Amino acid sequence: MSAFLMPTLGADMEAGTLVEWLKKPGESVKRGDVVAVVETQKGAIEVEVFEDGILDQLLVEPGVKVPVGTPLALIRKPGETPGALPVGPAQQAVAPIPRPVPTPAPVARAPEPPAGPRLRLSPAAAARAASLGIDPRGLHGTGPGGAITLHDVDASRLPKPAPHERPAPSMSPALAMRSAIGAAMARSKREIPHYYLGTTIDMAPAVAWLEDCNRDRPVTARLLMSVLLLKAVGCALKEMPEFNGYWVDGAFKPGAGINVGWAISLRAGGLVAPAIHNVDAKSIDELMEALRDVVKRARSGGLRSSELSDGTLTVTSLGDQGAAAVYGIIYPPQVALVGFGKLVQRPWVVDGRLVVRPVMEATLAADHRASDGHRGGLFLAAIARRLEEPRTL
Amino acid sequence: MSEDKNKAAIIDALLSVAPEVDPSTLDPNRDLREQCDLDSMDFLNFVIALHQALGVNIPEADYPELATFERALRYLNRHLDGSRSGLAP
Repeated sequence: MSAFLMPTLGADMEAGTLVEWLKKPGESVKRGDVVAVVETQKGAIEVEVFEDGILDQLLVEPGVKVPVGTPLALIRKPGETPGALPVGPAQQAVAPIPRPVPTPAPVARAPEPPAGPRLRLSPAAAARAASLGIDPRGLHGTGPGGAITLHDVDASRLPKPAPHERPAPSMSPALAMRSAIGAAMARSKREIPHYYLGTTIDMAPAVAWLEDCNRDRPVTARLLMSVLLLKAVGCALKEMPEFNGYWVDGAFKPGAGINVGWAISLRAGGLVAPAIHNVDAKSIDELMEALRDVVKRARSGGLRSSELSDGTLTVTSLGDQGAAAVYGIIYPPQVALVGFGKLVQRPWVVDGRLVVRPVMEATLAADHRASDGHRGGLFLAAIARRLEEPRTL
Repeated sequence: MSEDKNKAAIIDALLSVAPEVDPSTLDPNRDLREQCDLDSMDFLNFVIALHQALGVNIPEADYPELATFERALRYLNRHLDGSRSGLAP
Protein backbone atom coordinates (compact mmCIF):
# COMPACT_ATOMS: atom_id res chain seq x y z
CA MET A 1 0.00 0.00 0.00
CA SER A 2 1.42 3.39 -0.83
CA ALA A 3 0.21 6.93 -0.52
CA PHE A 4 -0.27 8.94 -3.67
CA LEU A 5 0.89 12.44 -2.83
CA MET A 6 -0.13 15.74 -4.39
CA PRO A 7 2.61 16.18 -6.99
CA THR A 8 4.63 19.30 -7.49
CA LEU A 9 3.11 21.45 -10.19
CA GLY A 10 6.09 23.67 -10.93
CA ALA A 11 8.02 26.33 -9.12
CA ASP A 12 5.14 28.74 -8.77
CA MET A 13 2.54 26.49 -7.28
CA GLU A 14 2.49 25.29 -3.71
CA ALA A 15 -1.08 24.08 -3.47
CA GLY A 16 -4.21 23.36 -5.41
CA THR A 17 -7.86 22.77 -4.57
CA LEU A 18 -9.23 19.33 -5.37
CA VAL A 19 -12.15 19.76 -7.75
CA GLU A 20 -13.18 16.19 -8.45
CA TRP A 21 -12.04 12.62 -8.43
CA LEU A 22 -12.18 10.91 -11.82
CA LYS A 23 -11.70 7.40 -10.48
CA LYS A 24 -13.40 5.52 -7.64
CA PRO A 25 -11.96 3.26 -4.96
CA GLY A 26 -11.62 -0.24 -6.36
CA GLU A 27 -10.73 0.96 -9.87
CA SER A 28 -7.37 -0.06 -11.19
CA VAL A 29 -4.99 2.61 -12.40
CA LYS A 30 -1.91 2.65 -14.59
CA ARG A 31 1.04 4.97 -14.38
CA GLY A 32 0.08 8.17 -16.15
CA ASP A 33 -3.68 7.78 -15.70
CA VAL A 34 -5.49 10.96 -14.77
CA VAL A 35 -7.25 10.38 -11.45
CA ALA A 36 -8.32 13.83 -10.30
CA VAL A 37 -8.76 17.44 -11.35
CA VAL A 38 -7.15 20.13 -9.21
CA GLU A 39 -7.77 23.86 -9.50
CA THR A 40 -4.61 25.95 -9.25
CA GLN A 41 -3.51 29.50 -9.84
CA LYS A 42 -2.73 28.41 -13.38
CA GLY A 43 -6.12 26.91 -14.01
CA ALA A 44 -7.48 23.38 -13.78
CA ILE A 45 -4.83 20.67 -13.91
CA GLU A 46 -5.37 16.94 -14.44
CA VAL A 47 -3.38 15.02 -11.86
CA GLU A 48 -1.78 11.74 -12.93
CA VAL A 49 -0.67 8.77 -10.80
CA PHE A 50 2.91 7.57 -10.89
CA GLU A 51 2.39 3.85 -10.47
CA ASP A 52 0.15 0.96 -11.43
CA GLY A 53 -2.24 -0.42 -8.84
CA ILE A 54 -5.74 -0.29 -7.45
CA LEU A 55 -7.16 2.85 -5.94
CA ASP A 56 -7.77 1.84 -2.33
CA GLN A 57 -8.98 4.92 -0.51
CA LEU A 58 -9.52 8.56 -1.36
CA LEU A 59 -8.13 10.70 1.44
CA VAL A 60 -9.21 14.15 0.37
CA GLU A 61 -12.67 15.42 -0.52
CA PRO A 62 -13.48 17.83 -3.34
CA GLY A 63 -13.30 21.43 -2.24
CA VAL A 64 -10.28 20.94 -0.01
CA LYS A 65 -7.08 22.86 -0.62
CA VAL A 66 -4.09 20.53 -0.83
CA PRO A 67 -0.48 21.66 -0.54
CA VAL A 68 2.12 19.80 -2.60
CA GLY A 69 3.04 16.59 -0.81
CA THR A 70 -0.34 15.99 0.83
CA PRO A 71 -1.48 12.36 0.63
CA LEU A 72 -4.41 12.31 -1.78
CA ALA A 73 -5.17 8.61 -1.96
CA LEU A 74 -3.92 5.17 -1.10
CA ILE A 75 -2.97 2.82 -3.89
CA ARG A 76 -2.58 -0.90 -3.31
CA LYS A 77 -0.88 -3.50 -5.43
CA PRO A 78 -3.00 -6.34 -6.81
CA GLY A 79 -3.06 -9.09 -4.19
CA GLU A 80 -2.74 -6.78 -1.22
CA THR A 81 -5.69 -6.77 1.12
CA PRO A 82 -7.76 -3.62 0.97
CA GLY A 83 -6.54 -1.31 3.72
CA ALA A 84 -8.47 -0.54 6.84
CA LEU A 85 -6.48 2.59 7.64
CA PRO A 86 -8.55 5.14 9.48
CA VAL A 87 -9.57 7.86 7.05
CA GLY A 88 -8.99 11.07 8.93
CA PRO A 89 -11.27 14.04 8.42
CA ALA A 90 -10.49 16.06 5.34
CA GLN A 91 -9.13 18.82 7.55
CA GLN A 92 -6.12 16.70 8.37
CA ALA A 93 -4.98 17.03 4.81
CA VAL A 94 -5.25 20.76 5.19
CA ALA A 95 -3.13 20.95 8.33
CA PRO A 96 0.27 21.41 6.70
CA ILE A 97 -0.65 24.72 5.07
CA PRO A 98 2.59 26.66 5.52
CA ARG A 99 1.39 29.65 7.50
CA PRO A 100 3.37 30.84 10.47
CA VAL A 101 1.44 30.22 13.69
CA PRO A 102 2.31 33.05 16.05
CA THR A 103 2.43 30.98 19.22
CA PRO A 104 4.76 32.20 21.96
CA ALA A 105 7.00 34.46 19.94
CA PRO A 106 7.25 37.57 22.04
CA VAL A 107 9.01 39.37 19.21
CA ALA A 108 6.07 38.83 16.89
CA ARG A 109 3.70 41.20 18.67
CA ALA A 110 3.93 43.20 21.82
CA PRO A 111 0.87 42.90 24.05
CA GLU A 112 -1.16 46.09 24.16
CA PRO A 113 -1.07 47.82 26.51
CA PRO A 114 2.51 46.85 27.40
CA ALA A 115 2.46 44.17 30.08
CA GLY A 116 3.49 45.51 33.45
CA PRO A 117 5.67 43.61 35.85
CA ARG A 118 2.73 41.36 36.64
CA LEU A 119 1.01 39.62 33.68
CA ARG A 120 -2.78 40.00 33.94
CA LEU A 121 -4.59 36.87 32.96
CA SER A 122 -7.62 35.06 34.23
CA PRO A 123 -7.18 31.80 36.14
CA ALA A 124 -9.03 29.93 33.37
CA ALA A 125 -6.71 31.44 30.79
CA ALA A 126 -3.68 30.53 32.84
CA ALA A 127 -4.86 26.94 33.16
CA ARG A 128 -5.64 26.68 29.45
CA ALA A 129 -2.31 28.17 28.46
CA ALA A 130 -0.47 25.78 30.74
CA SER A 131 -2.31 22.74 29.38
CA LEU A 132 -1.56 23.77 25.81
CA GLY A 133 2.04 24.65 26.52
CA ILE A 134 1.53 28.24 25.40
CA ASP A 135 3.56 31.03 26.96
CA PRO A 136 0.93 33.63 27.82
CA ARG A 137 3.46 36.46 27.74
CA GLY A 138 3.24 36.66 23.97
CA LEU A 139 -0.53 36.86 23.86
CA HIS A 140 -2.75 39.82 23.19
CA GLY A 141 -5.26 40.49 25.96
CA THR A 142 -8.78 41.66 25.21
CA GLY A 143 -10.02 41.55 28.79
CA PRO A 144 -10.34 44.53 31.14
CA GLY A 145 -7.07 46.45 31.36
CA GLY A 146 -5.55 44.27 28.66
CA ALA A 147 -5.94 41.12 30.69
CA ILE A 148 -5.58 37.86 28.82
CA THR A 149 -8.80 35.88 28.79
CA LEU A 150 -9.59 32.24 28.02
CA HIS A 151 -10.83 33.36 24.61
CA ASP A 152 -7.52 35.06 23.91
CA VAL A 153 -5.61 31.86 24.67
CA ASP A 154 -7.85 29.81 22.38
CA ALA A 155 -7.76 32.42 19.62
CA SER A 156 -3.97 32.41 19.59
CA ARG A 157 -3.95 28.77 18.40
CA LEU A 158 -5.65 29.54 15.09
CA PRO A 159 -3.21 30.00 12.23
CA LYS A 160 -3.24 33.62 11.16
CA PRO A 161 -1.36 34.95 8.18
CA ALA A 162 1.51 37.27 9.06
CA PRO A 163 0.60 40.79 7.94
CA HIS A 164 2.85 40.76 4.90
CA GLU A 165 1.39 37.45 3.80
CA ARG A 166 -2.25 38.37 4.11
CA PRO A 167 -3.91 36.99 0.98
CA ALA A 168 -6.34 39.01 -1.10
CA PRO A 169 -9.92 38.29 0.08
CA SER A 170 -10.91 36.45 -3.07
CA MET A 171 -8.35 36.44 -5.84
CA SER A 172 -9.65 36.51 -9.37
CA PRO A 173 -8.15 33.80 -11.58
CA ALA A 174 -6.18 36.44 -13.47
CA LEU A 175 -4.73 37.86 -10.27
CA ALA A 176 -3.97 34.38 -8.97
CA MET A 177 -2.12 33.56 -12.16
CA ARG A 178 -0.12 36.80 -12.01
CA SER A 179 0.72 36.14 -8.41
CA ALA A 180 1.96 32.65 -9.23
CA ILE A 181 4.06 33.86 -12.14
CA GLY A 182 5.39 36.70 -10.02
CA ALA A 183 6.39 34.40 -7.18
CA ALA A 184 8.28 32.04 -9.47
CA MET A 185 10.02 34.80 -11.41
CA ALA A 186 10.96 36.68 -8.25
CA ARG A 187 12.38 33.50 -6.78
CA SER A 188 14.31 32.86 -9.97
CA LYS A 189 15.87 36.32 -10.01
CA ARG A 190 16.65 36.09 -6.33
CA GLU A 191 18.29 32.67 -6.40
CA ILE A 192 19.66 32.10 -9.88
CA PRO A 193 22.74 34.00 -11.08
CA HIS A 194 21.67 34.45 -14.72
CA TYR A 195 24.03 35.07 -17.61
CA TYR A 196 22.80 35.89 -21.09
CA LEU A 197 24.08 35.03 -24.56
CA GLY A 198 22.63 35.78 -27.97
CA THR A 199 23.24 34.69 -31.53
CA THR A 200 21.71 35.51 -34.92
CA ILE A 201 20.65 32.52 -36.99
CA ASP A 202 20.36 32.51 -40.78
CA MET A 203 16.88 31.03 -41.11
CA ALA A 204 16.76 30.90 -44.93
CA PRO A 205 17.36 27.13 -45.05
CA ALA A 206 14.68 26.48 -42.40
CA VAL A 207 12.17 28.79 -44.09
CA ALA A 208 12.80 27.15 -47.47
CA TRP A 209 12.55 23.64 -45.98
CA LEU A 210 9.24 24.50 -44.30
CA GLU A 211 7.83 26.03 -47.47
CA ASP A 212 8.76 22.96 -49.52
CA CYS A 213 7.24 20.70 -46.92
CA ASN A 214 3.98 22.60 -46.49
CA ARG A 215 3.44 23.24 -50.21
CA ASP A 216 2.37 19.64 -50.77
CA ARG A 217 0.42 19.29 -47.56
CA PRO A 218 -3.26 19.96 -46.90
CA VAL A 219 -3.75 22.73 -44.40
CA THR A 220 -4.54 20.29 -41.58
CA ALA A 221 -1.12 18.65 -41.89
CA ARG A 222 1.05 21.75 -42.16
CA LEU A 223 4.00 22.39 -39.88
CA LEU A 224 4.91 25.53 -37.98
CA MET A 225 8.40 26.98 -37.56
CA SER A 226 7.83 26.43 -33.81
CA VAL A 227 8.34 22.69 -34.17
CA LEU A 228 11.65 23.19 -35.94
CA LEU A 229 12.73 25.42 -33.06
CA LEU A 230 11.64 22.81 -30.53
CA LYS A 231 13.36 19.97 -32.32
CA ALA A 232 16.59 21.94 -32.71
CA VAL A 233 16.63 22.63 -28.98
CA GLY A 234 15.87 18.97 -28.21
CA CYS A 235 18.74 17.79 -30.39
CA ALA A 236 21.14 20.31 -28.85
CA LEU A 237 20.14 19.16 -25.37
CA LYS A 238 20.95 15.59 -26.33
CA GLU A 239 24.40 16.77 -27.37
CA MET A 240 24.88 18.88 -24.23
CA PRO A 241 22.86 17.33 -21.40
CA GLU A 242 24.29 19.72 -18.81
CA PHE A 243 21.54 22.15 -19.86
CA ASN A 244 18.81 19.55 -19.46
CA GLY A 245 17.93 19.29 -15.80
CA TYR A 246 17.64 20.98 -12.45
CA TRP A 247 19.69 22.77 -9.83
CA VAL A 248 18.72 21.19 -6.53
CA ASP A 249 20.50 21.26 -3.17
CA GLY A 250 23.63 22.83 -4.57
CA ALA A 251 24.14 20.49 -7.50
CA PHE A 252 22.99 19.78 -11.02
CA LYS A 253 20.60 16.86 -11.41
CA PRO A 254 20.11 15.69 -15.02
CA GLY A 255 16.53 15.35 -16.21
CA ALA A 256 15.14 11.86 -16.82
CA GLY A 257 14.18 12.79 -20.37
CA ILE A 258 14.41 15.73 -22.71
CA ASN A 259 11.13 17.41 -21.82
CA VAL A 260 11.07 20.87 -23.31
CA GLY A 261 8.66 23.37 -21.79
CA TRP A 262 6.94 25.58 -24.37
CA ALA A 263 5.85 29.00 -23.11
CA ILE A 264 2.25 29.64 -24.09
CA SER A 265 0.59 32.99 -23.68
CA LEU A 266 -3.02 32.75 -22.55
CA ARG A 267 -5.55 34.99 -24.22
CA ALA A 268 -7.08 36.08 -20.92
CA GLY A 269 -3.62 37.02 -19.70
CA GLY A 270 -0.99 34.89 -18.09
CA LEU A 271 1.51 32.30 -19.10
CA VAL A 272 2.00 28.56 -18.78
CA ALA A 273 4.95 26.53 -19.99
CA PRO A 274 3.89 22.87 -20.15
CA ALA A 275 6.52 20.38 -21.15
CA ILE A 276 6.44 18.24 -24.28
CA HIS A 277 8.04 14.97 -23.27
CA ASN A 278 10.96 13.34 -25.10
CA VAL A 279 11.30 15.99 -27.78
CA ASP A 280 14.49 14.38 -29.08
CA ALA A 281 12.71 11.11 -29.82
CA LYS A 282 9.68 12.57 -31.61
CA SER A 283 9.53 13.11 -35.34
CA ILE A 284 8.70 16.58 -36.68
CA ASP A 285 5.14 15.44 -37.40
CA GLU A 286 4.73 13.95 -33.92
CA LEU A 287 6.04 17.19 -32.45
CA MET A 288 3.52 19.21 -34.43
CA GLU A 289 0.70 17.06 -33.08
CA ALA A 290 2.04 17.31 -29.54
CA LEU A 291 2.40 21.09 -29.84
CA ARG A 292 -1.07 21.52 -31.27
CA ASP A 293 -2.50 19.37 -28.49
CA VAL A 294 -0.67 21.08 -25.63
CA VAL A 295 -1.55 24.58 -26.86
CA LYS A 296 -5.20 23.60 -27.11
CA ARG A 297 -5.26 22.17 -23.60
CA ALA A 298 -3.26 25.05 -22.15
CA ARG A 299 -5.95 27.42 -23.39
CA SER A 300 -8.90 25.28 -22.40
CA GLY A 301 -7.64 24.19 -19.00
CA GLY A 302 -6.76 20.55 -19.52
CA LEU A 303 -3.04 20.39 -18.77
CA ARG A 304 -1.67 17.42 -16.86
CA SER A 305 0.44 17.52 -13.73
CA SER A 306 3.37 15.78 -15.46
CA GLU A 307 3.42 18.53 -18.07
CA LEU A 308 3.87 21.10 -15.34
CA SER A 309 6.44 19.23 -13.30
CA ASP A 310 8.61 17.40 -15.84
CA GLY A 311 10.05 20.27 -17.89
CA THR A 312 13.86 20.12 -18.07
CA LEU A 313 14.35 23.37 -20.01
CA THR A 314 11.91 25.99 -21.28
CA VAL A 315 11.69 27.67 -24.68
CA THR A 316 9.99 31.00 -25.21
CA SER A 317 9.29 32.08 -28.76
CA LEU A 318 7.82 35.52 -29.08
CA GLY A 319 7.14 34.84 -32.73
CA ASP A 320 5.63 37.14 -35.28
CA GLN A 321 4.15 39.89 -33.18
CA GLY A 322 6.85 39.98 -30.55
CA ALA A 323 10.30 41.39 -30.05
CA ALA A 324 13.45 40.80 -32.07
CA ALA A 325 15.07 39.10 -29.08
CA VAL A 326 13.91 37.91 -25.67
CA TYR A 327 16.13 37.83 -22.59
CA GLY A 328 14.04 35.67 -20.34
CA ILE A 329 13.96 34.51 -16.76
CA ILE A 330 14.78 30.88 -16.02
CA TYR A 331 11.91 28.82 -14.64
CA PRO A 332 13.28 27.28 -11.44
CA PRO A 333 14.64 24.73 -10.74
CA GLN A 334 15.63 24.47 -14.42
CA VAL A 335 19.08 25.75 -15.38
CA ALA A 336 18.40 27.38 -18.75
CA LEU A 337 15.86 29.18 -20.91
CA VAL A 338 16.11 29.50 -24.69
CA GLY A 339 14.47 32.49 -26.35
CA PHE A 340 13.61 33.01 -30.01
CA GLY A 341 12.67 36.37 -31.46
CA LYS A 342 10.85 37.51 -34.55
CA LEU A 343 11.82 36.27 -38.02
CA VAL A 344 13.04 39.39 -39.85
CA GLN A 345 14.61 40.18 -43.21
CA ARG A 346 18.11 41.57 -42.77
CA PRO A 347 21.22 42.21 -44.86
CA TRP A 348 23.51 39.20 -44.56
CA VAL A 349 26.84 38.11 -45.97
CA VAL A 350 27.09 34.85 -47.89
CA ASP A 351 30.35 33.95 -49.66
CA GLY A 352 31.57 37.50 -49.34
CA ARG A 353 28.46 38.98 -50.97
CA LEU A 354 25.67 41.04 -49.47
CA VAL A 355 22.28 39.34 -49.62
CA VAL A 356 18.94 39.62 -47.84
CA ARG A 357 18.11 36.75 -45.50
CA PRO A 358 15.38 35.96 -43.00
CA VAL A 359 17.19 35.81 -39.64
CA MET A 360 16.18 35.14 -36.07
CA GLU A 361 17.81 36.11 -32.81
CA ALA A 362 18.23 33.16 -30.44
CA THR A 363 19.14 33.79 -26.81
CA LEU A 364 20.17 31.69 -23.86
CA ALA A 365 19.56 32.62 -20.25
CA ALA A 366 21.58 30.20 -18.12
CA ASP A 367 22.30 29.49 -14.47
CA HIS A 368 25.92 30.38 -13.83
CA ARG A 369 26.07 27.82 -11.00
CA ALA A 370 25.42 25.06 -13.52
CA SER A 371 27.29 26.31 -16.59
CA ASP A 372 29.72 28.90 -17.86
CA GLY A 373 29.53 31.16 -20.89
CA HIS A 374 31.84 29.00 -22.97
CA ARG A 375 29.54 25.96 -22.72
CA GLY A 376 26.50 28.22 -23.05
CA GLY A 377 27.92 29.57 -26.29
CA LEU A 378 28.48 26.04 -27.60
CA PHE A 379 24.91 25.12 -26.69
CA LEU A 380 23.49 28.09 -28.60
CA ALA A 381 25.77 27.24 -31.52
CA ALA A 382 24.42 23.67 -31.50
CA ILE A 383 20.86 25.00 -31.78
CA ALA A 384 21.84 27.38 -34.58
CA ARG A 385 23.65 24.66 -36.49
CA ARG A 386 20.57 22.39 -36.42
CA LEU A 387 18.30 25.18 -37.67
CA GLU A 388 20.71 26.11 -40.44
CA GLU A 389 20.64 22.47 -41.60
CA PRO A 390 16.98 21.53 -41.15
CA ARG A 391 17.42 18.16 -42.85
CA THR A 392 19.34 17.07 -39.75
CA LEU A 393 16.34 17.70 -37.50
CA MET B 1 -25.43 35.04 -51.32
CA SER B 2 -21.96 33.61 -51.19
CA GLU B 3 -20.32 36.85 -50.05
CA ASP B 4 -22.40 36.76 -46.87
CA LYS B 5 -21.49 33.14 -46.39
CA ASN B 6 -17.82 33.99 -46.80
CA LYS B 7 -18.12 36.92 -44.38
CA ALA B 8 -19.76 34.72 -41.77
CA ALA B 9 -17.13 32.03 -42.26
CA ILE B 10 -14.30 34.49 -41.71
CA ILE B 11 -15.90 35.81 -38.54
CA ASP B 12 -16.64 32.33 -37.21
CA ALA B 13 -13.09 31.18 -37.97
CA LEU B 14 -11.71 34.25 -36.22
CA LEU B 15 -13.91 33.72 -33.16
CA SER B 16 -12.82 30.10 -32.94
CA VAL B 17 -9.25 31.24 -32.29
CA ALA B 18 -9.94 34.59 -30.65
CA PRO B 19 -13.23 34.19 -28.79
CA GLU B 20 -13.05 37.54 -27.05
CA VAL B 21 -12.95 39.56 -30.29
CA ASP B 22 -16.02 41.70 -30.97
CA PRO B 23 -16.71 41.39 -34.71
CA SER B 24 -18.52 44.72 -34.81
CA THR B 25 -15.32 46.54 -33.80
CA LEU B 26 -13.09 44.86 -36.39
CA ASP B 27 -11.22 47.24 -38.68
CA PRO B 28 -11.56 45.59 -42.10
CA ASN B 29 -8.32 47.15 -43.35
CA ARG B 30 -6.10 46.52 -40.38
CA ASP B 31 -3.82 43.49 -40.14
CA LEU B 32 -5.88 40.66 -38.60
CA ARG B 33 -2.99 39.03 -36.78
CA GLU B 34 -2.04 42.27 -35.11
CA GLN B 35 -5.61 43.34 -34.42
CA CYS B 36 -6.71 40.06 -32.86
CA ASP B 37 -3.34 39.07 -31.38
CA LEU B 38 -2.98 35.85 -33.36
CA ASP B 39 0.21 33.85 -33.16
CA SER B 40 1.30 31.37 -35.83
CA MET B 41 -0.71 28.52 -34.27
CA ASP B 42 -3.82 30.71 -34.07
CA PHE B 43 -3.42 31.76 -37.70
CA LEU B 44 -2.99 28.16 -38.84
CA ASN B 45 -6.12 27.17 -36.91
CA PHE B 46 -7.95 30.12 -38.50
CA VAL B 47 -7.02 28.86 -41.97
CA ILE B 48 -8.05 25.32 -41.00
CA ALA B 49 -11.41 26.65 -39.77
CA LEU B 50 -11.96 28.40 -43.12
CA HIS B 51 -11.11 25.14 -44.85
CA GLN B 52 -13.62 23.22 -42.75
CA ALA B 53 -16.37 25.81 -43.26
CA LEU B 54 -15.93 26.49 -46.97
CA GLY B 55 -14.02 23.50 -48.30
CA VAL B 56 -11.21 25.77 -49.51
CA ASN B 57 -7.61 24.65 -49.13
CA ILE B 58 -5.57 27.86 -49.01
CA PRO B 59 -1.90 27.37 -49.94
CA GLU B 60 0.74 28.92 -47.67
CA ALA B 61 1.85 31.17 -50.51
CA ASP B 62 -1.59 32.82 -50.38
CA TYR B 63 -1.52 33.61 -46.64
CA PRO B 64 -0.62 37.29 -47.33
CA GLU B 65 -4.00 37.55 -49.09
CA LEU B 66 -5.62 36.94 -45.71
CA ALA B 67 -3.79 39.81 -44.01
CA THR B 68 -6.90 41.90 -43.43
CA PHE B 69 -10.61 41.11 -43.22
CA GLU B 70 -11.27 43.01 -46.45
CA ARG B 71 -8.53 41.23 -48.40
CA ALA B 72 -9.56 37.86 -47.01
CA LEU B 73 -13.15 38.43 -48.09
CA ARG B 74 -12.10 39.45 -51.61
CA TYR B 75 -9.82 36.41 -51.82
CA LEU B 76 -12.56 34.01 -50.80
CA ASN B 77 -15.10 35.65 -53.09
CA ARG B 78 -12.64 35.32 -55.97
CA HIS B 79 -11.73 31.72 -55.32
CA LEU B 80 -15.07 30.29 -54.33
CA ASP B 81 -17.11 31.89 -57.05
CA GLY B 82 -17.81 29.15 -59.61
CA SER B 83 -15.10 27.05 -57.88
CA ARG B 84 -12.83 27.06 -60.93
CA SER B 85 -9.90 28.36 -58.97
CA GLY B 86 -7.83 25.23 -58.83
CA LEU B 87 -7.98 25.28 -55.07
CA ALA B 88 -9.04 21.70 -54.55
CA PRO B 89 -10.46 21.01 -51.10
